[in-house]
Amino acid sequence: MTQLMTSVKPLPSQQPSVSPARKHVDVPAGLWLGCPDCGEMIYRKEMEANLHTCPRCRHHFRVSALQRVNMLVDTGTFEETDKRMTSSDPILFNARKSYKQQLLEAQKASGCGDAVITGKGFIKGRPMVLAAMDFFFLAGSMGSVVGEKITRAIELATAERVPLVIVSCSGGARMQESTASLMQMAKTSAALARLHKAGGLFVSVLADPTTGGTTASFAMLGDLIYAEPKAMIGFAGPRTIANTIKVELPEGFQRAEFLVEKGFVDRIVPRGELRSTLARAFDFFGR
Amino acid sequence: MNRGGRIGPPVVVCLPASSKEQTLAKRTRRSVKKTSATPSAASPSAKPAKSASGGPSKTASGSETPSGLGMGLAFEQPILKLEKQIQELLLLQETKGVDYNAEIKQMRDNLTALLKKTYDNLTAWETVQVARHPSRPQTRDYIDLMVKDFEELSGDRRHGDDKAMVTGTGRIGSHKIMLVGHCKGRDTREKIACNFGCAHPEGYRKALLKMQTAAKFGLPIVTLIDTPGAYPGLGSEERSVAEAIAVNLREMSVLPVPVVCIVIGEGGSGGALGIGVGDRLAMLQYAWYSVISPEGCSGILWKGSANAPDAAEALKLTSRHLRELGVIDEVIAEPLGGAHRNPRQAAVALERYIDRTLRELKSLDAEKLLDLRYQRLRRQGAGALVE
Ligand SMILES: [Zn+2]
Repeated sequence: MTQLMTSVKPLPSQQPSVSPARKHVDVPAGLWLGCPDCGEMIYRKEMEANLHTCPRCRHHFRVSALQRVNMLVDTGTFEETDKRMTSSDPILFNARKSYKQQLLEAQKASGCGDAVITGKGFIKGRPMVLAAMDFFFLAGSMGSVVGEKITRAIELATAERVPLVIVSCSGGARMQESTASLMQMAKTSAALARLHKAGGLFVSVLADPTTGGTTASFAMLGDLIYAEPKAMIGFAGPRTIANTIKVELPEGFQRAEFLVEKGFVDRIVPRGELRSTLARAFDFFGR
Repeated sequence: MNRGGRIGPPVVVCLPASSKEQTLAKRTRRSVKKTSATPSAASPSAKPAKSASGGPSKTASGSETPSGLGMGLAFEQPILKLEKQIQELLLLQETKGVDYNAEIKQMRDNLTALLKKTYDNLTAWETVQVARHPSRPQTRDYIDLMVKDFEELSGDRRHGDDKAMVTGTGRIGSHKIMLVGHCKGRDTREKIACNFGCAHPEGYRKALLKMQTAAKFGLPIVTLIDTPGAYPGLGSEERSVAEAIAVNLREMSVLPVPVVCIVIGEGGSGGALGIGVGDRLAMLQYAWYSVISPEGCSGILWKGSANAPDAAEALKLTSRHLRELGVIDEVIAEPLGGAHRNPRQAAVALERYIDRTLRELKSLDAEKLLDLRYQRLRRQGAGALVE
């Protein structure tokens, strides 16, 4: 059962707390790094102080779940739930690599039990429940633990009648737990049906990348769906599609802007505007 | 010999070494061709399953022996050989007037024993091949064999009509039902029209629309799952097949009527789950259900589809495994040698399961039904959690 937190008081609006330099997996170590978008050499500290965006072109670098929590939630208000939950490797998956070993390595590198951090906290003084996925943990894939933690987060938001925010950043359902992973799509979506019925607000935030079974479940079920600029969002991977249809994919295919144009994302929200945009939505739709 | 637990490509028994090698080489080529669970992989130029072709109403005839060696599965070759010998002897008996009854009876007994031995010890990869057998009965075959007064309903009233998904009303046993199922198509023309069973968003939206109509009138829903996966293509992404599947998952969880889902062949990932949320989930004995196809998994782990047999083992995708893991509620036994040997008998088993299960579910009021459905979903993966 989700542990309920009792001693949280609303706090005044705060600046987002930018995490201190933490271990990045996608950004090469060093004082300077090249922006993959504009190609400029940028100063790492400056990039990090800019919510991990390029100070020149606003390219959004990928962030870990912990960094996401730190940049989104009012400082000192986040109470993590189910922090210790891990996977038992239910089908003893051991093809080429042992899943158990992969889990241990990912846990050691990230300091997280699995690919999502869930908990309760405040955004600009407004209470909410947050789930932030971690692409650096086995590509942010959803197995039983991610599915369970997200389901509990949905149930917590439903029970406490506070808005739910899920920041997706995931390659989809986790192969190493096979059908159990697939069933997490159904489980999270069923929990959202109950939140929906209870009139709860769910804001789905899509970060680069959000694909596969994550997109085909909770990520696409937000009352509001925001996306970070240029985030890759889709069901099938672009390579699979290219191999199937044997034509070149159009420019910008499966990018956030493409989804806005096709009618599947409400708006692009740059990282620097996410806190205020969420707070406005909470106020507008709040009960 | 128990071949069930062996990891590695299935080895063909009863063949001389040289032809064994050839068979393996041939199989490797075939599995490369079949790669991904994508339509392009199953090349449209491939031979149609049955030259009988015709419309969707044509049923796979189980008594027929697949024509030519290319048609049969590699591990079935000894079976096919024996079946052929029996046919020849029967013909000989007829034309020459010699009494071979004793020999024929002996060979038929041998055949039964061989079928039983082979099918009791299928590897996961061999099971996948049975699930993809060109003569395996499909949704439309089961409609013909077990749904009375079937009336097809088309279209999602938004974009179009997806032939990869069939929906319609009819009766199974004593129940009026809404039937929803994937369609793969039998002959080449049909397969192309059905995108080899890979539905687009409009297929999932059509399925939901018909299911909601059923719910409005208190009709139970039966879904037959048989797809390599949702269609990976431009239109599919532009119209967001992900959103279509997601909405189905959410809405199927609250349909206030009994929903029975059965994997009859291939249960390919989200494309299968998109019509797979309900009160009961069952599988035909030689169906498979997984988060990813064995070829896809092999591609990720080994950079190629050659290790699909290893992937199939690792993914625990057979009905027996999934029953043990508690993912599915029941395994529906297939006729000896698989549903393709006797579609009629497979349909009877399916019909019995549906009839019995709907009887059970109809005794619950909607509130109780939905509560139990949620609890059922809520338990998924619970066995994997360490807290
Ligand atoms: Zn830049």
